[in-house]
Amino acid sequence: MKYAGLLVMPAGFFLSIAALLLFPSPAPRAAFVVCGLAVEGLGLAVAVRGHMEARGGSRS
Amino acid sequence: MTPNPMSDAAFTLTLALLILAPLAIAGVALINTGLGRSRSAAQALLGNLAILAVTAIVFALVGAALTGNLPGTAGGAGHTFQLAGKSWNWLGAAPFMLGGLGSAPPQSQLALLFEFMAVAFAAMVPWGSGADRWRLMAGCAAAAVLAALVFPLLAHWVWTGGWLAQLGVNFGLGAGFVDPGGAATVHVLGGLSALAVIWIAGPRKGKFPKEGFATALPGHNAVYILFGCLLALVGWLAWNVAGAILWLHAPLASLAVTAVNTLLSAAGAVAVTFAVTQVRFGKPDASLCANGWLAGLVASSACAALLSPGEALFVGLLAGIATPLLVELLELAVSIDDPSGAITVHAAGGILGLLAAGIFSSQPGQLVAQLVGIAALLGLVLPLVYLLFWLLNRLVPFRVDPDGERIGMDLHELGGGAYPEFVIHRDESYR
Repeated sequence: MKYAGLLVMPAGFFLSIAALLLFPSPAPRAAFVVCGLAVEGLGLAVAVRGHMEARGGSRS
Repeated sequence: MTPNPMSDAAFTLTLALLILAPLAIAGVALINTGLGRSRSAAQALLGNLAILAVTAIVFALVGAALTGNLPGTAGGAGHTFQLAGKSWNWLGAAPFMLGGLGSAPPQSQLALLFEFMAVAFAAMVPWGSGADRWRLMAGCAAAAVLAALVFPLLAHWVWTGGWLAQLGVNFGLGAGFVDPGGAATVHVLGGLSALAVIWIAGPRKGKFPKEGFATALPGHNAVYILFGCLLALVGWLAWNVAGAILWLHAPLASLAVTAVNTLLSAAGAVAVTFAVTQVRFGKPDASLCANGWLAGLVASSACAALLSPGEALFVGLLAGIATPLLVELLELAVSIDDPSGAITVHAAGGILGLLAAGIFSSQPGQLVAQLVGIAALLGLVLPLVYLLFWLLNRLVPFRVDPDGERIGMDLHELGGGAYPEFVIHRDESYR
């Protein structure tokens, strides 16, 4: 699950880059860059969740 | 990007500032040592020295070439590719082993000196988070990886004409991604590397018991922690002012404001952290106040040269509110054992500063440029660092063996403690 989250994060980055290339006008460009960051946040949340589950199985 | 010629006065001032800047590194090293346990104190400080040495050597041999400061270009020279009609400069292309340093213009030489310190600082940040269980050899190997590849990549993108710096030219996004004090290249990189180290090495033994809440493992020396904060202030003032001269070409008349903003950001942050911990725990918490102070300084790295004093104070206040709450959230809700608080202080504080530099900018598109830079840090740099550290952990195991952790890193790795005349307390978690 942690690795899935870490794989989602670059997808968010490429979404932000795509926004720069595809949208010349400022408003949709900014919106899609924020969407890219949101995808990265989602990936980070999944990675953190995966870390918590792994820790739950090996508490000392 | 061709830099403006540097006056003799600016050169002398910047050189003097860069000689003072390592005090920030010394301060953070002292803070991180104080936040760790007494039985690992010597290993912690020796680790900082070793990381400084490793990063200097590796950066001189390889990293500086990939950063692309030399020879004499101060940016622009690099590997590029074309995409959608735009040129994307993604990697520096200077000679290896500092070729051309002697003949480079003064500004390029100073920029290189700045980068030497920045790479050491960035690699030192995760060392504090791995305290009490991260092996010295593994810490040095991780520092070498950061100095050889990750830092040069990021520093080229941000400082020496890379694609983030060119966002303004290529896409009309303000002045491109701006980070004069190294909030992204030093602190966010260091903080995200700390997260990768914590994920790979795991928590300290006894931190998260099978039943009940996380165990508090307080730092062993509050005097180190608080004196480190004062030391760090001196270094940070020098660091932010030197960064403003080197990367923003700020006029000498504007530099006092940068220094004042640095101080205000730290002051606002520590005042609010003091108040929050007073309300939360009934008494102010020294180590959290130190973290708040540092978070204010880290946030100022991105924006002290760009904001008004009132805005810098506001950024500090936000950093001061966020720090104690985030430290508690990461430990209690997310099971992250970060003894030095690097993820909160360096990663979150740095991102806050980078956002502030965009939010308070009057240039259209500056906020989007800052957001794209943050997206690159989270979406590319964190997965890359995690992958590299994960591979490195296969070659040089990060975590010390259980017996070494029990007796402490000093005895296990160095054969002697930092305080040989002190009685070392028995650790209740090992009963």
